[in-house]
Amino acid sequence: MENKLKKVDLIFCKTCQDDIEVVKKALKRNPDDIINEIIDSGLKGRGGAGFPTGLKWKFAKAQPSDIKYVVCNADEGEPGTFKDREILDQVPTKVLAGMAICAYCIGAKEGFIYLRAEYNFMLNKLNQIVEEFNSKMKEVGLNFEIQIRSGAGAYVCGEESALFESIEGKRGEPRNKPPFPTVVGLFGKPTVINNVETFVYTAMINHLGAQRFKELGTQDSRGSKVFSVSGDTPKAGIYELELGMTVEDFVKEFGDGDTKAVQVGGASGHCVPRKKFENTIIGFEGIPTGGSMMLFNSSRSMYNVLKDYLEFFTEESCGQCTPCRVGCQQLLKGIEAVKRGERPASYLEELKKLAQTMRIAAKCGLGQSVANPFISIVDNFKEEIIY
Amino acid sequence: MTDIQEILEKVTSKYGKQRSALMPALQAIVKEKNYLSDEDIVAVAKTFDLSTAEVYGTATFYTFLDTVPRGKYVIRVCKTISCHMAGKDEIIEALQKTLKIKVGETTVDKKFSLLTANCMGWCHKGPVMLINDEVYPELTPQKAIEIIQSYQQK
Repeated sequence: MENKLKKVDLIFCKTCQDDIEVVKKALKRNPDDIINEIIDSGLKGRGGAGFPTGLKWKFAKAQPSDIKYVVCNADEGEPGTFKDREILDQVPTKVLAGMAICAYCIGAKEGFIYLRAEYNFMLNKLNQIVEEFNSKMKEVGLNFEIQIRSGAGAYVCGEESALFESIEGKRGEPRNKPPFPTVVGLFGKPTVINNVETFVYTAMINHLGAQRFKELGTQDSRGSKVFSVSGDTPKAGIYELELGMTVEDFVKEFGDGDTKAVQVGGASGHCVPRKKFENTIIGFEGIPTGGSMMLFNSSRSMYNVLKDYLEFFTEESCGQCTPCRVGCQQLLKGIEAVKRGERPASYLEELKKLAQTMRIAAKCGLGQSVANPFISIVDNFKEEIIY
Repeated sequence: MTDIQEILEKVTSKYGKQRSALMPALQAIVKEKNYLSDEDIVAVAKTFDLSTAEVYGTATFYTFLDTVPRGKYVIRVCKTISCHMAGKDEIIEALQKTLKIKVGETTVDKKFSLLTANCMGWCHKGPVMLINDEVYPELTPQKAIEIIQSYQQK
């Protein structure tokens, strides 16, 4: 059978570009041209939310402020995601180059990398690389300095405004939006915050041109993307794949022959059951993902999977807003009660309503996205939840 | 053990005394002393001219900033789904037996604390545990025990 998956080697290619030269080349261009090229490339944020990167830069550039910031979100905490760690480990200067180009475009002098505490083991090495890079930037005449800040084990700090709060020395509680970070970001200043992988693609687009990027993917999902594959698969690991494949294509390549469901997008993503593999596209026209792909075979209980996710959210909810704080707890208690037979199966419908309320009423992406796994697992695996 | 003022001076000389230096300060204390004692939190509050409650409130938000005494080596076993499926329960059981403590507890000699944590980003190589900043992926119960033994000899 023909395999439609297309593997790509752009991100991890170590000989494809000299990162300092890439920055130098960018410095000779007009910032508006660079930004327009990124807009033209169709690049969308690789952290999961998928906001058009070029537009973000454009908005930040348009803000009249002497102080602006570039922040790299390396608080990769979504269960099933580990690609940013690999990128920072393998090709760190590509990330730094992307940050420098962004700084040049929007007029920022300071940059931060917010690295999750779980990745502290690479902190010394990264600090050294950043220092070297900073002095290289001085040499090429770009007034931009990057610092690394460590997280401290809070999933919610991957949410951009919570991340700012954390760098500012506060509890990592998400802010109200708007205003968005491009207007009021870190220390109240206009800020571009992008995912690790996104910065690499911006540097690459600047180097290879938007055309190379546009050749890959589909109308709505341009380019390639790094996927973190785990669960019941003989090929767990990190793969850069062209966007626009179906879950079926994916399972053919990575499944163990007995795949019953794929969780696309981590704990906050959607569960796709076998019967929907064929018609579900992985990308912004189907199910968007920050790259987390977890496969489950028929030996797994989807009740346990859902319970695990809900325990995760219950612990990681920052507790600031009621829909999320109480909602996560009640969803967890609710499925446990149904499982024990203390509540009728119809109670699941009530819980779905609660999840939908959280989607509308929760303050940030954490609470809003709990409904994704909850409803997709309950709808597709109702028997496993009840019995 | 390093004096709290010494730690704070080192941090403030690098990051300044603004609030944004608070996280680096708390992290530096935990690195040296394994947890934040009440006295340390008061000292931090004085240094940064914040209320003690502000500092305590910030610290307790973060799971890696412990405010209860911990051992010299803090073991965190990942409990999220991929590691769960890969057998984290067996790892925890082996560690509990070897260390003779339960999850959440610290050994009598104050050398080890055993904790669980959410996803650490090693889902393709689970089960995984952290000991302080070091990562140990692809564990088996036997491997986990051997790693602990190597720490016991340190």
